[in-house]
Amino acid sequence: MEATIATDSTGTSWGGGNNNPLGASYGKMMMWFFILSDALTFSAFLGAYGLMRFKFIESWPIADEVFTHFPFLHGVHAPMYYVALMTFVLIFSSVTMVLAVDAGHQMKKGKVTFYMLLTIIGGFIFLGSQAWEWKNFIGGSYGAVELNDGKIVQFVDASGHQIELEKFAVSSHSDRTQLTRDKGVWFMNESSLPPFSVEEVMAGFKANPDISIRLEKIDPVTKTKTIVPRAEAMTYLNETKAVVKGANLQVNEYGKPLFADFFFFITGFHGFHVFSGVIINIIIFFNVIIGTYERRGHYEMVEKVGLYWHFVDLVWVFVFTFFYLV
Amino acid sequence: MGTHTQEHTSHTGLIWKVFGILSVVTIVEVILGILKPASLHLTTILGTSPLNIIFLVLTLVKAYYITWFFMHMADESKSLRRAVVWTAVFLIIYLATLLLIEGSYINDVLSPLVKWSY
Repeated sequence: MEATIATDSTGTSWGGGNNNPLGASYGKMMMWFFILSDALTFSAFLGAYGLMRFKFIESWPIADEVFTHFPFLHGVHAPMYYVALMTFVLIFSSVTMVLAVDAGHQMKKGKVTFYMLLTIIGGFIFLGSQAWEWKNFIGGSYGAVELNDGKIVQFVDASGHQIELEKFAVSSHSDRTQLTRDKGVWFMNESSLPPFSVEEVMAGFKANPDISIRLEKIDPVTKTKTIVPRAEAMTYLNETKAVVKGANLQVNEYGKPLFADFFFFITGFHGFHVFSGVIINIIIFFNVIIGTYERRGHYEMVEKVGLYWHFVDLVWVFVFTFFYLV
Repeated sequence: MGTHTQEHTSHTGLIWKVFGILSVVTIVEVILGILKPASLHLTTILGTSPLNIIFLVLTLVKAYYITWFFMHMADESKSLRRAVVWTAVFLIIYLATLLLIEGSYINDVLSPLVKWSY
């Protein structure tokens, strides 16, 4: 480095020598500019989400109806609670991170080690929570049918609440085998079969006069999904193409597949940041233990990884707002 | 203030205070998100519901506290702070404004063509 950069570097710091542009060390300044560019990347993703949401503003899925699960409360409608818990996990791991940085300023190796450990544990808890959230979203809650033009139709009981396909669909014991690679031509296969066939759902619908259907369309006055009276429901259901349970990149029982695509992509990209943050935290954690920073005379490395970790928390604050609140 | 690697004073009091603020703001957001009071949720102000405006403002409050006190932006030099914060704020507002106006326009053109009755 000394050969290419004209500084009177003493060799005590890596890169940049004794120049301190913007009054920060080389590493810290570069971490800030990396964070700036990463923030713009996340803004682009969330902005694209906003564009698509504005495009389909009258039929976008309502988050409160999508994310309703909470551990050990099966079947209980609990919107927001779980994601609030995840938010707290991440905020708290930010607190332990900043406490580690603070302890580093005072050269207290033991405290830095302890708080770094807590931060890593918090990161793992968040990742596990995210996986559970994905599992619930992929598995679905009620099931729905997809019409020929791609619209999703959900089923509601007499009180207007969504009802699960299992509650009314008639099992006909018909055989519909899964298309696997060894049976298909030209590498065709399918990942899994929906729990019921279209005929079974239709037969169940006809046999239960209390059930009606709900469209994706949002009533602008009440901001709820439009319920179609039973008498008109068959005109929609005659268009049924497939039964949908859960969500993936192609179909989404809650409405627009785009919602699922953005959810997987943005929370996945954020989750990948959390994962890499945990890995970097672990590396720094072991460096603290073996005394690298004690010998170096300062704990700035903890501060830099702390910047990254807080940024991950900062992004989550925005993901939380745009996916779950507004 | 410049680099503060030589600081020896502890800021744990401030850290817990910021944690308290972030917690309270999050709890308020969650309560509002669950209750969705009709007066805030079903009325319109500045093109969206007052509830959405509240969520946006509270989010920016949280972002400020995380950046200034957890990431110690308050302790960085004014030039670094401006280079990072002003750039981000300007470009993000610019991008979001264009994308949301465009999305709204596409909706104006598209939604009359979407069939909801069969």
